[in-house]
Amino acid sequence: MEPFVTLTAPAVPLDIVNVDTDRIVPARFLRQPRSAGYENFLFHDLREADPGFVLDRPEHRGARILVAAENFGCGSSREAAVWALAGSGLRAWIAPSFGDIFLENSFKNGVPAIVLPLERVAAIRAHLRHAPGSEITIDLPAQEVLWAGGRERFEVDPFRKECLVAGIDEIDLTLRHEAALSEYERRQRAETPWLGHSRIL
Amino acid sequence: MARTLYEKVWDAHAVATGPGGRTLLYIDRHMLHDGSFHAFEALRRSGRKVRRPDAAFATPDHYIPTRGRENITHPELRDKVEALAANAAGTRITFFGVGDDRQGIVHVIGPEQGITQPGITLVCGDSHTSTHGALGALAFGIGASEVAHVLATQSLWQSKARTFRVNVTGRLGPGVHSKDIILALIQRIGAFGGTGHAIEFAGLAIASLSMEARMTICNMAIEAGARSGMIAPDDTTFEYLAGRPYSPSGADWERAIARWRALPTDAGARFDREVDLDAAALEPMATWGTSPEHGVGIGGLVPDPARQPDAARGASMEKALRYMGLAAGQAMEGIPIDRVFIGSCTNSRIEDLRAAAAVVRGRKALVPSMVVPGSGLVKRAAEAEGLDRVFTEAGFDWREAGCSMCVGMNGDLVGDGERCASTSNRNFEGRQGKGARTHLMSPAMAAAAAVTGKITDVRKLVRE
Repeated sequence: MEPFVTLTAPAVPLDIVNVDTDRIVPARFLRQPRSAGYENFLFHDLREADPGFVLDRPEHRGARILVAAENFGCGSSREAAVWALAGSGLRAWIAPSFGDIFLENSFKNGVPAIVLPLERVAAIRAHLRHAPGSEITIDLPAQEVLWAGGRERFEVDPFRKECLVAGIDEIDLTLRHEAALSEYERRQRAETPWLGHSRIL
Repeated sequence: MARTLYEKVWDAHAVATGPGGRTLLYIDRHMLHDGSFHAFEALRRSGRKVRRPDAAFATPDHYIPTRGRENITHPELRDKVEALAANAAGTRITFFGVGDDRQGIVHVIGPEQGITQPGITLVCGDSHTSTHGALGALAFGIGASEVAHVLATQSLWQSKARTFRVNVTGRLGPGVHSKDIILALIQRIGAFGGTGHAIEFAGLAIASLSMEARMTICNMAIEAGARSGMIAPDDTTFEYLAGRPYSPSGADWERAIARWRALPTDAGARFDREVDLDAAALEPMATWGTSPEHGVGIGGLVPDPARQPDAARGASMEKALRYMGLAAGQAMEGIPIDRVFIGSCTNSRIEDLRAAAAVVRGRKALVPSMVVPGSGLVKRAAEAEGLDRVFTEAGFDWREAGCSMCVGMNGDLVGDGERCASTSNRNFEGRQGKGARTHLMSPAMAAAAAVTGKITDVRKLVRE
């Protein structure tokens, strides 16, 4: 996985509450292989209905940070939502809250999903509306977001931070715990033998 | 120390501690479906093998057509269904395919086969995996990267969720069902009221529900933002599981029951958050907007965004009303509908079909309506009771098992601008098809909508 340490880049505001992953990538596109480029389906129906959709405005071309509203990425577990956003060039997202599964999927794909208080995120979005194309800095090791309005400290799960900063492959990390996994499996066979080895095929 | 149900299952599956104090959690059972192809691809690319094929179960549900499925003509759908069969065969994962009565929606067949059990961890690459928590399992949805991780290692790196207990007191009135409990809860706490939490549903109203009614509630925990929802296992759970194909049997059954009886939350255990809900005060619910939190009692009105204290929320409500083609202050009852869908992992089990059939019996559907049973076995059971004839004589389509019109990935779609009364779980913009307008409700309410052509208080049609 590509590490993420710091990023200074233009940010784009998205003011909609409860943006679900069905809106990020409508279900009918999920049958495509990843090689189809999920960025081609990003917000497909929203953009079709609204030619002035914020991501399509000339002043926001080149945005690499998305600043969203509450519960961004709620709903379906489809990782394609992260692939579509990341495929379009976005490398980080900031919101007051994220869907839990989307948040996890983001970090798994090398993208930090950063949670800041509601009023701070609203202030950043308001700033980006008035000064489109403004840059924001995300410093993951320092856990800080820097923007024209100041410096925001954020909390991040230390595991996610460490994996992202070092670009760790989680499966490799897990396989270092082979002895613990095997021990659990030995205990499972002894204590709950009915959970192993499907009897019916 | 007194522990919650969630904490007990968590502790029993914590196998190691990693960077940042994160827990490596063992996963007992893994469900896969025809949308899981990305994870199989990732596994192949990395050259890794499936660690525990005996702990994984696969069935096509998302892409599978609900008719004409022995010879699927749509090349992309056929490709997804065949790819799952090939991936399962190639990795020796148990597979329930087309023509096997055990095929169905993953969240219906897990409990139905006894794959889902109290105290286990269960995951699936689908957000409605929370359903399985109704049996006292810790079950949650995961993305494709995590599916690949579970296939390779049978474990996941997880951080503990905050705990949240919802105490549901009182008894449901006639015509009010478990779907109404969960829609009312989401309306109250919001679509992200449970984010970062594991919800436990407790209280006398929950304890008096059947196993299937409990599944409907846990199924929609994710619509309140919670990745998992759980209910303490009790005699209802054990009676439900007894004799199912993958349930323990013989001497193992007694050992299992003894373990399961130790799972419920200890007296005095602390939750990070608690909410009370009075089931007796509920009326049948329906949604008016484009988030599951947009619910209202059937006697209520479409709310007025202008009266929202929060401006951003008000703006989102306004946008939802425009999409839905509704006006603030409009009565919910009487909104004309174009189509009815009874099915999905929320409401496609035999009790759901019985509740719908009780309303439909002797009446005619006034709009195109379809019933999609949750599994081949549910379909067989319904046919043995004659429910299929109740539906078909009323003009309903009677289909084969799958996710169908809940997510529209198999081609079962609601048309652009059409208004659908649906027993599914999401009323998101475009969820059931581009431009589709979804009103979520219980199977009884959806049946009432079908036979009247409009959103109707089912209590006026049926005296229970």
